[in-house]
Amino acid sequence: MADVGIIGVGTTQFRPETREKLFKELMYEAAYRAYLEAGVDPRRDVDAFITASEDLWEGLAIFDEYVPDQLGGVLKPVFTVGGDGIHGLIHGYMLIKTGRFDVVAVEAHSKASEIEDIKKVVRFALDPIYLRPVIEDVDVLAGLEMAASLGCYGIDMDTVNEVILKNHFNGSFNSAPYAQNLDENSFETPEYLAEPLRTLDVAPYVDGGAVVVLASKDYISREGLEPVWIEGVGWATQGGRFERFLDMPGEGLAAAARMAYDMAGVSRPRRYFDLAEVDDRFSFREPVSLIALGLASGDVNIDYADRVFEMDGELPVNVSGGFLANGYPLEAGGLMKLVYAARQIWGEAGPNQLDDVEKALVATRREIPSTTYGVVVLSG
Amino acid sequence: MKMNIYRKSRVACVGAGLTLFRRRLMETSDELMWLAARQALDEAGLTIEDIDCIVFGTAPDNFDGIHMQSEALADGAGAVNKPYTRVYVGGGTGVFSVIAGWWHVASGLCDRVLVIAEEKMSHVQPHPQYLFHHIFDPVTEKPLGVNLIWIFALEMHRYMYKYGIKKEDIALVSVKNKRNALDHPSAQVAAKITVEDVLNSEVLVWPVQRLDISPVSDGAGALVLVSESEAKKLTDEPIWIDGVGWSLDTMYWTNRDLAFPVYLYYAGKMAYEMAGIENPRKEIDFAEVYDPFDYKELHHMEGLQLARKGEAPILTREGVTERDGDLPINPSGGLLGVGNPIAAAGIMKVAEVYWQLRGMAGKRQVKKDVVTGLAQAWGDLMQVGTVVIMRR
Repeated sequence: MADVGIIGVGTTQFRPETREKLFKELMYEAAYRAYLEAGVDPRRDVDAFITASEDLWEGLAIFDEYVPDQLGGVLKPVFTVGGDGIHGLIHGYMLIKTGRFDVVAVEAHSKASEIEDIKKVVRFALDPIYLRPVIEDVDVLAGLEMAASLGCYGIDMDTVNEVILKNHFNGSFNSAPYAQNLDENSFETPEYLAEPLRTLDVAPYVDGGAVVVLASKDYISREGLEPVWIEGVGWATQGGRFERFLDMPGEGLAAAARMAYDMAGVSRPRRYFDLAEVDDRFSFREPVSLIALGLASGDVNIDYADRVFEMDGELPVNVSGGFLANGYPLEAGGLMKLVYAARQIWGEAGPNQLDDVEKALVATRREIPSTTYGVVVLSG
Repeated sequence: MKMNIYRKSRVACVGAGLTLFRRRLMETSDELMWLAARQALDEAGLTIEDIDCIVFGTAPDNFDGIHMQSEALADGAGAVNKPYTRVYVGGGTGVFSVIAGWWHVASGLCDRVLVIAEEKMSHVQPHPQYLFHHIFDPVTEKPLGVNLIWIFALEMHRYMYKYGIKKEDIALVSVKNKRNALDHPSAQVAAKITVEDVLNSEVLVWPVQRLDISPVSDGAGALVLVSESEAKKLTDEPIWIDGVGWSLDTMYWTNRDLAFPVYLYYAGKMAYEMAGIENPRKEIDFAEVYDPFDYKELHHMEGLQLARKGEAPILTREGVTERDGDLPINPSGGLLGVGNPIAAAGIMKVAEVYWQLRGMAGKRQVKKDVVTGLAQAWGDLMQVGTVVIMRR
């Protein structure tokens, strides 16, 4: 048995626009639902609160100021991680592992629709001397990464198309806001953003919030709860230069996966997991992730041709519909996937519920040009 | 020496590094981080290859003019295919990044952690205060044209009014800290000044005057934290992190009584309980408390229970907080003397506690024998307290 478990999760709806709500209300709504599910009172039971965000997504400098009130964390240990929600969760995991915290709440959200020109904000993440002057449109970065990824790993365009078809298909049963009814003909007249990157390769942004409540083994046993256990966590940054990242996209993910697998005792990941929710912010990142995570066989193209990662395949991947169908909620991306994986283990995933999900893997990367990954191994 | 009977696994500091603190340093942020990290690693007898995990601290993103700043500065931190993360709680980030380093080790996930904090404020034109304008609520506060000095003037005024404190007593903090900083090799604004100099300096927002305030600074600091078993291999003189605490108050600062930093009281309480400290005034031998303004040193001493409410100015006037006093406060020279590259200034405080406890502070070494030291930082909208307690 692991030392840390998930005892409650809560999300808002993930929608392209949430004009009627402030970001604080999204946070509150997700937190309220998670606390209710976990059966905790934040003022009494939660020992620490973590938010994952960045100032420029919010349009507020020192964003952590804006966190405690709507989470119930006033005058308690609260902090913010400049990372994906998965990184927030990993910090929560570590806090509980110190033995000094019993219950920790982790929050992440997106109000992408409120950002007037999100591409300009993303471009602001580029090195101001070497990259920003030569990259006018950040789609070029994704195009470069796609070309490098296909080249490095020998991924076929047919495989990339399979990813898009699969995830939109999965999402169509799952009320995913961006799910489309696509088929092979949908790729005949591609709309290129930065060749080879096409419109269909990109997950659109979405608004929403997610909160996950973690607890120690002692608390869980004391309260008689049925958690989803966190068996292993791993995280890694590949480096600070995007241009160097293109030499081997996904190397950092392999490092993060090694850490998580070592912790969880996973030696044969392909056989170990019943489900994987992996990064598909861009379509090609799904096969890259599966290779780096050791979930693909010798040739990932054959895996996709053999429908291994379909909902009824040997290892279902992005059964939720992934970011491609549900949208990409910025730093809440990791928690969106993690909440879905936890719900699958609990048997509460709705229309796409699979049979007997015991072990699940969640792996994410932050928005381009980030090279930071997070991996979590879950079990029922 | 009192042992911490509550600890699960002990975390030691085995190396510290600090760049110069200056306005408009020519080095890039990456280079500053590398300089501080290299010094800390050298002191610990380690290389970056020996490090398992890296924690990075910086206050707002925007000083470097880069979104997702930690990603851009990963190379300066040595974070290549390594676990690397950025945490932040505004001005409290420097000490908080050490707390994050503590839980990386105390959780058992990492054995050797490099903690780096960096701030390069000089980039902001025409002045960093322009950026701080964006920390305020965009609906209720920003339209007022408010800036940080404006709200700290409110807090200073309230503190003075509630306890009948005179400007002359507060000015003594600036005089002491700038004098202490004369012995600090990184210091930016060390000086021998008088109370009259402070009282005659330019009024910024009454009662805050030019010499009540720390400067705009660039700089970086780094620490190496390791597990107990690693510490025994690396040094005979590890300095232990025996207590950590932090607390964040509501962002609605206008609804609070600014005379007492209740968030810091809770942060200190958390750290004291963990370190097994029941009487901080007696059991803390010296402290590096956050002093971006001179009144904040006094305010924070009271929040940390190192003085009773309204008593800190009296202790200062009586020389208790001098380097050779009974309770030395900011023997480094603090932010008022050494400088204030926000997150790096917090690391500077923890580094000073580490060097003092190891007897490595040179001319800054406090006179009394010290076993237990405390470092603290503060930030956000007068909202967060972060505390680290170290023992030798």
